[in-house]
Amino acid sequence: MSRSYYEASARERLAGVVDAGSFHEFVPPAARVTSPHLAQLDQPVAFDDGVVVGRATLAGRPVLVAAQEGGFLGGAIGEVHGAKLLGLIERARTERPAALLFLFDSGGVRLHEANAGLVAVSELIRAILRARRDGVRCLGLIGGAGGCFGGTGLIARCCDRLVMSEEGRLAMSGPEVIETARGVEEFDSRDRALVWRVTGGKHRYLLGEADRLVEDDVDQFRAAAADLLDSEAGLTLAAVEREHARLQQRWQRFADCDDAPEIWQRLGVDNPAEVPLLPLDQFLAVADGCRSAP
Amino acid sequence: MNREQLLPQLFGKTWKPTQSAENFFLGSGEVGTEAGAETVQVIGTAGAAEVGVDLALAMAGAVLDTMRRHPGRAILFLLDTQGQRLRRRDELLGLNGYMAHLAKCVEIARSRGHRILSLVYGQAVSGGYLTTGMMADACYALADAEIKVMNLPAMARITKIPLERLEALAQQSPVFSPGVANYRRMGHLLEVWQGDLAACLGTALHRPLEDDRRSALGRERGGRQCAETVAERVRAHA
Repeated sequence: MSRSYYEASARERLAGVVDAGSFHEFVPPAARVTSPHLAQLDQPVAFDDGVVVGRATLAGRPVLVAAQEGGFLGGAIGEVHGAKLLGLIERARTERPAALLFLFDSGGVRLHEANAGLVAVSELIRAILRARRDGVRCLGLIGGAGGCFGGTGLIARCCDRLVMSEEGRLAMSGPEVIETARGVEEFDSRDRALVWRVTGGKHRYLLGEADRLVEDDVDQFRAAAADLLDSEAGLTLAAVEREHARLQQRWQRFADCDDAPEIWQRLGVDNPAEVPLLPLDQFLAVADGCRSAP
Repeated sequence: MNREQLLPQLFGKTWKPTQSAENFFLGSGEVGTEAGAETVQVIGTAGAAEVGVDLALAMAGAVLDTMRRHPGRAILFLLDTQGQRLRRRDELLGLNGYMAHLAKCVEIARSRGHRILSLVYGQAVSGGYLTTGMMADACYALADAEIKVMNLPAMARITKIPLERLEALAQQSPVFSPGVANYRRMGHLLEVWQGDLAACLGTALHRPLEDDRRSALGRERGGRQCAETVAERVRAHA
């Protein structure tokens, strides 16, 4: 039976992505480790501060895994939430699991504790890149209802590989933030089709920002993550130089584009207007022939 | 302080610009240290620059260029930025991917023995700061600089908490209110620079290198009481 990844909670996603019954949580809700900053703003706390971390197996191999709960303050990163992720990344450097898995679902820095959140995001970026230098394979999954924005969008792009669903959204500033700052003409955040064209999985896959595109289904995310356990890992000067050339080329080719279909057309998609409507298999048949490889 | 005032204070007459645009500048300068004069490569933003795809790419290019042409030379980010550019076009191209790329370039430079320092001399706001200055081995700011995620009115609008409430709490809580002193208490800024800036830079260039210990510093200074303990509990959990 297929289960929607988008609609599942963090704990449901996590349970479905790793091997059944294999998850062991670190600092679980029973430990009552909550944010010390929310009470002064009369905000409720969560006993996991919006992120679940622990160890499990995936296809029989050991992984360390984190899942953010978009239903709690947008999955945003505060002091405790960030520290749980940081501890997990540092742990991966000594334990050397087959992968460090992130089930992202987060709008970025938690404003109620903005300074602690911003510093935490910067610590996470540094820690992930440091772990990658040591060869820790970092995989990110993006398909939750909260999307992956702001500081979390940066953290995600620091991973080795990303798996997205069409419903997943990945960007720096969210459409609402841009609309508030620049007006509805710049970005109409209520235009769902526009939001998905710009930030959604299909565009990110065509652009080479995501490595795999799957259906909105927990089992498909699981299969893609398992498949990537043997992907190349590491962070080297040569790889970063290649990325630089790709990003430079993207800027040169598409800097004057105003909407995603213009980019898809230039990539060589015959009928860009159809892209949002194509079922996944047909989309991949089109996209794999012309997309920018990550 | 603006860059025209800052650069002479840091480098005197040794400052050699190689690129100077309205919002972006590159160059090198010499700093006197105990071990003699040392050359520092500067990557700077100015005029409250917004960091879009083009600027992130230019800074990444400057880091890669420093690795090629001046192996091992210290890199100093001098920052005045209002944050990431809020445009649909930049998001369409994957702005977060460009910014993350810049962070990767800095990490590679660090791994190849380049010391990475950053100084906020104007303002530093969220996305414009995360993958530039916040990537440094040690982060500094001038006392009259400003560091923030966003201003309190915008924060009030998004969190739906009344502005008066936030303003009142900001007086006693370092955790969400903008300011250099708060980022020092969080453990993020190692020091706030005042007085002889060239001497501050000279000292910074010869501090012993260490892993990221901002969580520990945040605890020592009382700004982040939990971060270090919680991370340690996750590391040690059986």
